[in-house]
Amino acid sequence: MIRLEAVTKTYRMGRVEVQALRGIDLHIESGDFVAIMGASGSGKSTLMNIVGCLDVPTSGGYFLDGTDVARLDDDQLAIIRNRKIGFVFQSFNLIPRTTALHNVEMPLIYAGAPNRRPRALEALDAVGLANRADHQPTELSGGQQQRAAIARALVTDPAILLADEPTGNLDSGSSVEIMKLLVELNEQHARTIVLITHERDIAAFAKRTVELRDGLIVRDERRAA
Amino acid sequence: MNIFEALRVAFAGLLANRLRSSLTMLGILIGVAAVILLVAVGNGASVQINNQIQGLGANVIFVYPANAKGAGGVSQGFGTSQSLTMADVDAINNRQQDQDVVAAIPIANSGGQITYQNQNYFAPTTGTTVDFPQVRDYQIAEGSFFTQDDVTAQHRVVVLGQTVVQNLFGANDPIGQTIKINRQSFRVIGVFATKGGSGFGSQDNVLVAPITAVWAYLSGGRGKGISQIVASASSAGTVSQAETEITTILLQRHQISDPSLADFQLQSQQDILTQANSIATALTLVLGAIAGISLVVGGIGIMNIMLVTVTERTREIGIRKAIGARWRDVLMQFLIEAMFLSGLGGALGIALGAALAVEAPHIPAIASSTFPPPVVSIPSVLLAFGVSVGIGLFFGIYPANRAARLHPIEALRHE
Repeated sequence: MIRLEAVTKTYRMGRVEVQALRGIDLHIESGDFVAIMGASGSGKSTLMNIVGCLDVPTSGGYFLDGTDVARLDDDQLAIIRNRKIGFVFQSFNLIPRTTALHNVEMPLIYAGAPNRRPRALEALDAVGLANRADHQPTELSGGQQQRAAIARALVTDPAILLADEPTGNLDSGSSVEIMKLLVELNEQHARTIVLITHERDIAAFAKRTVELRDGLIVRDERRAA
Repeated sequence: MNIFEALRVAFAGLLANRLRSSLTMLGILIGVAAVILLVAVGNGASVQINNQIQGLGANVIFVYPANAKGAGGVSQGFGTSQSLTMADVDAINNRQQDQDVVAAIPIANSGGQITYQNQNYFAPTTGTTVDFPQVRDYQIAEGSFFTQDDVTAQHRVVVLGQTVVQNLFGANDPIGQTIKINRQSFRVIGVFATKGGSGFGSQDNVLVAPITAVWAYLSGGRGKGISQIVASASSAGTVSQAETEITTILLQRHQISDPSLADFQLQSQQDILTQANSIATALTLVLGAIAGISLVVGGIGIMNIMLVTVTERTREIGIRKAIGARWRDVLMQFLIEAMFLSGLGGALGIALGAALAVEAPHIPAIASSTFPPPVVSIPSVLLAFGVSVGIGLFFGIYPANRAARLHPIEALRHE
């Protein structure tokens, strides 16, 4: 499903070169639930950008669902993001002044897909937000906004769901709710989920934990079933 | 992303900032309204000038004395020589063949103070012969025109245009009354029907008297000169043949073998029309160009506001890119927004400009003046709308491309 081979990423900050990733080999099977952990500066955000096809590696290979995405241009990356990746962000990132339904419809619009409205409603229903379809983000609670974001991530039926600190802006009650929703999506609908977090108790919901430090994988454990 | 969706998104973006969108639109609105109105004013002037020239009669040919050449060929200016005579007029009228000229009349103008009882007026008095109404296409409304007897006997009779009648007599009947032209008594025997045209050079602001009377009583002893000959061709199609005939006769009479040395020059109504139209077109272009500047300023306003919008919505652009918007999708979104602003502003500007142009003649201050009523031309409307949408495109493309090229990671990080 996801295969990273010797992936490195080097940023140039003025005259200084920063090696964010120093050679990552990572293999994620379909249906897995992986938490990527690490302190700030460990390279986990860079890794998530590359896995999410928002950025390309400096060297190494990245195969997503059989496609080599390491050498694609911006528009091709946009198409891959649209079809194969569903993003869930820490700050929800719903488009303001736009209803939940329309937010969820958005990826389908860019895909030029048919039956957008029923599919968007179905995705909202799957996260238990069907009765809030006509509400704008400002009219929803944090937990509800994140559910809408998850519905938007799922609506295109992507290969992976990429959640970047999805509970970072939520209270503990809503956090548990959202994590339970992710677990349910993984277990009952066989969704592949990659979760980025720095909190151990959030990572504990995942089946597998990968820990990064200074641009290298230092730990890769599977939770005993 | 289809056009309908792009329009919906653009419209939502504009609605989100109503005041800002309206003010930006106002810039284009004013620019387009100015273009429409000023071009309409130019067109109005052009139409009025055309009407006046057409009032001269379609088949009319004017013969003027050419610029007199001093020693060494220094030109002394238009009409400074006295090369035309009554004998020239008779020669044109009495020619044996070539029937394209119907009639020729002499014109001797004499400026003057006109008085009737306690009324005072100033207008040129035209001395001419009996063919004047036919050649210049004047109708007699009341009384009659003077006869050949009047000309031969130097009778002091005069026929008045409507403007002169209104100024001297008001509602009274002028026929049979005696007026004074430069303190010489003339009897009014007829009144011309209104010819139309207004303002400077009105065809109704005339007094016409026998040329012999003008020579005898009004020229102040300057002899029997004539300032121009007016001839009429048998039809609009024979004007150029008639011009050739007149030229031939006059060259022969003046014993000039080289036509380039002619001491007279001809001008047909068509020539005057062509000259006037080129001036009117230049006037319209100048007015349009001045208004066009405000349109460009409006366009810069759009660019400015679009740049602000793109900066404000950087995060939204990042979100859209993360969920699959391509370069083209983002570009279209902002381009349509800019074109919508300018297009709607343009449409409203056309409505305002056209309304002002149509209403202008009803404004009392304008209605009472000789200001020509503006004429809105359809091409200027289409052009203004096209240009306004084009301005949206031109000034929108840079901000839109800037948005479309944002890197999704940086855009998402933007607060």
